[in-house]
Amino acid sequence: MIPKYWHVIKIGIQNNVTYRFNFLARALFGLIPLVAMLHLWRTIYADKDPGATVGTYTLAQMISYYLLTTVVDALTAVNEDDWQIAADIRDGQISQFLLKPIDYLTYRLCLFGAGRVSYLSVAAIPLTLFILSLNRYFVLPADWATLGWFLVSVCLTALLQFFISYALAMLAFWVLEVSTFIFIVFAFEYIASGHLFPLDILPTGLQQVLALTPFPYQLYFPISIYMGKITGPALLQGLLIQACWVFVAYGVARWAWSRGIRRYGAVGG
Amino acid sequence: MNTSAQQEPGTVPIPPVPHSRQPVLKRYLGIYGALWKNSVTREMTFKANFLLWIIVELLWFGMQLSFIGVVYLHTDQIGTWTRWEVVFLIGASHFIQQVFQAFFLVNCTHLSDLVRLGKLDFLLLLPVNSRFIVSVRQVDLGAFVNAASAVGVMGYAAWQLNLVPTLGQVLGFLVLCFAGIVVHYSLMFLLASISFWTVKAQGIVFGYYNLFQIARMPDEAFGRGLFRAFFTFAVPMLLVSNVPVRLVVSKLSDPWPPLLLLAMSVACLVVSEWGWRVSLRRYTSASS
Repeated sequence: MIPKYWHVIKIGIQNNVTYRFNFLARALFGLIPLVAMLHLWRTIYADKDPGATVGTYTLAQMISYYLLTTVVDALTAVNEDDWQIAADIRDGQISQFLLKPIDYLTYRLCLFGAGRVSYLSVAAIPLTLFILSLNRYFVLPADWATLGWFLVSVCLTALLQFFISYALAMLAFWVLEVSTFIFIVFAFEYIASGHLFPLDILPTGLQQVLALTPFPYQLYFPISIYMGKITGPALLQGLLIQACWVFVAYGVARWAWSRGIRRYGAVGG
Repeated sequence: MNTSAQQEPGTVPIPPVPHSRQPVLKRYLGIYGALWKNSVTREMTFKANFLLWIIVELLWFGMQLSFIGVVYLHTDQIGTWTRWEVVFLIGASHFIQQVFQAFFLVNCTHLSDLVRLGKLDFLLLLPVNSRFIVSVRQVDLGAFVNAASAVGVMGYAAWQLNLVPTLGQVLGFLVLCFAGIVVHYSLMFLLASISFWTVKAQGIVFGYYNLFQIARMPDEAFGRGLFRAFFTFAVPMLLVSNVPVRLVVSKLSDPWPPLLLLAMSVACLVVSEWGWRVSLRRYTSASS
């Protein structure tokens, strides 16, 4: 059971090595808007009194927040998995998985993991150097337990990201072109998960609305654990909600697959 | 595979058309008209998709605006840029980007496919300038709708600023926007030409989206450091939309920024033409 998926991971990593130049380009290009964002906030803080805060954030905390979004993103973001899954369905490639004793979702999950490992192996160097260059602004977690809970939450985030993408890609059973849907959801994810700014600088009403969606658990939540903004019972409660969202996304992904496969026609397969 | 283009890279001459002695410009306008018709037909085949892409762009545009909305909840200005000036800037940046997208973006991103699949052969063999046909083959009509939404946002911001620009300012704005589009096109085309070296250049092409993000930020956010110098004099992203907006909202203290933008647009065009010619010389077609 396990060895065959282990092979999938190994093959996935080998395939990805071919694109290491692409990964490096992506990591380096990705630093440009990050640097721009840091400059923007530094300019804003420069106009305020020394030690002033935005929301509850000092300048160092704000910069750390954006650096952490990049770290969590590198660890959990879905790269091209959703496109590939949709393409597999559209081109009839999934037919072979219906015949083999391989579960397609597990197979894709292994490839997703392989993709993250390969990406990190390339992106870790520029990213670490960048964070070290800003180390006087980078806050460390309060203690080891915080770091541990952060990592647990990051794992859940990765699963949530993957299952949502997988469920979205299932749309390919019904429509020819899924990229628009993926981009629409991505737009909401981008702003509501905290990519553009920490969510707790928003007006309280909006924050409460966002808390009802899975989006904050795709990025903001693990970072707020790291930064010590969520502790104690709230931390456990948050992790529980995050786990629930993972479970829901998993359920939707499985359900969409079983519905989709019923109307699957293996075009050109 | 031996194409005529390999002997004369980049400069496939326009042979005299035997049957009619049309002037060059008229002939190219004719070709471009046919390409437009082709694009309209293509878009209308997938109407729902056409509309969905417009929604996608509107959403992302709205997201950038809401980011600025949130930032200005916590500050009154970025450098000397006030809230509605920045909204105007984002509108202008979106306008420039969308017009660029309407005419060039798809074609630039397709270049790597053309190279990888060897389809470039057919375009090189056509009796027109190769760069022309590669650059303008498809028109993205939805982008015009989005450019219009950007004009709407600029108009609203101008109203909030009580801005009544002179005719000269409007004309200058349009000329500078044009220069900005030339910059975007040249740089993107240059990046796309890298696909002659590495087969999967799409990552690099999409990397350009990251540069768009800088173009819509107020230049004063970047202080006077290396970052600002690089994105002004090497990759002039901080000129593309900041300079036209500064002209309209009367934030220019001297005439140098507009002149610099015009000069940089010419420089980018020249460099990208050089890059294209060097790249074409490496083209060996695929699968044969």
